[in-house]
This record gives sequence, structure tokens and C-alpha cells, in this order.
Amino acid sequence: MTDHSMICLLAAAVENGEVGFLPLKIIGFASGVVGLIFFLGTAVGMVRFPDFYTRMHAAGKGDTLSTMLMLGGFGLVTMEDFSVGSWLLLIKILAVILFIYLTTPTSSHALMRAAFEDDEMPMTEDDLKKSKRKGKRKK
Amino acid sequence: MTEWFAMVMGAGLFVLMIPIIYRIFKGPTGFDRILGVNVIGTKTAVLLVIIGTLYGRVEMFVDFALTYSLLNFVAAIVVSRYLNRTISLKEMEAREKAKGGAKA
Repeated sequence: MTDHSMICLLAAAVENGEVGFLPLKIIGFASGVVGLIFFLGTAVGMVRFPDFYTRMHAAGKGDTLSTMLMLGGFGLVTMEDFSVGSWLLLIKILAVILFIYLTTPTSSHALMRAAFEDDEMPMTEDDLKKSKRKGKRKK
Repeated sequence: MTEWFAMVMGAGLFVLMIPIIYRIFKGPTGFDRILGVNVIGTKTAVLLVIIGTLYGRVEMFVDFALTYSLLNFVAAIVVSRYLNRTISLKEMEAREKAKGGAKA
């Protein structure tokens, strides 16, 4: 019974000229693009921020969220038919997402702790004023 | 449509990795460098899923992505522990010397 209905659904999809469930694809495309925008924020932050801790702020947050969004989007896009194989694929991608959700904040926490015990001082307002003065003198 | 989307996403990821590679080369401290390596490793897991979508064999490449993110996590933890241990011992000795000097 289920096989028969599945075959009917697939046949209808092939007749329409597309393989895949369209709303899932649209959601997947949208979340992929949003993830790319968050990764743009990470890249800009890594280059522009003045301090190690602020760079870590940009990298940790943007990296985690953009990776999760992009992987989730691809998991939805690759759901071509609702067969056992594609469900298994979606579950594997969700496992990768869960793993990254757990490990990326952990590794950035460990790096932050190592840097703080290494006496890497965060940038204060005085440092910012000094660097501005130096820039004016150079000019 | 799906292939087009995957190619655009992969190209965008590559272009946005360039600033982070700049940070890896330039970074003032070693922590900046390992942070950039961590970010690029996480993005490589996504890139592996994209490559799998292009080849049509996602079920194989997803395992690669899982393994890669695992190795990336272990590398970040190990490097942070290594830098912490080696430098904090020297710092402790220097602090003890400074304390002794202050007392004497």
C-alpha cells in the first residue's frame, strides 16, 4: 500500500518535470542564503575587529549559526523523495548539525580560556585612544 | 536547480574563506591562527556536503564531513591545551620570581 502510494507520488513528481518536494527546497535555499550572510559577518569580523576576544566573538557565533543553517538547508534540498535512504541521509546531516552545535562553542571556550591564562589582555578604551593617536602621528 | 544552488554556495564559501586565510597568515598571536583554522575546518565540513551534492553521492560525503568536524574539534582542544601548558609554566616561574623580588 505504501509502496503504491509512493510510486504514484513519484510518478506525479516526474510528470510535473521536477524531482523533489518544492516547499522543502525553497526553505532549504532560503536557509542556505541566510547562512552565507552570517558567514559574511564572520569573515568581516575576523578581518576588521581589533582584538583577539572580539575576533573570537565574531568567529564563534557566526561560524556556529551559519554552519548549522547551511547544513540544514542542504539536508532539506537533498530530500528528493521520502524513501528510507533520504530519511537516513537527513538523520545523518542532523547528527552532523548536533555535533557542530556541541563542539564549536566548546572549542572556542577552550581557546578563550587558554588565551586568558596566557595573559592575552583584552583591549581597553585607553589602548584604543593610543592606537588612534599613533595613527594620526603616522599620517 | 539544486546543482546551480550548490555551485553558487560553494563559490561563495570559497570567496568568504579568503579573509580568514588572511587572518591566519597575519594574526598577531597564535590563538588568532588556530581560531581561523578552526573556522575554516568547520566550513570545510559544509563544503564536503556541497561536493557530495554535486557528485550525487551525499550519503558517502556526509560521513566524511562528520569525521572532518570531529578531527577539527580534537585539533582545537589539543592546541589550546598545548599553548596553555607550555606558556603558563613559564609565566608561573616569572610570577614567583616577581613575588620573591617584591618581598625581599
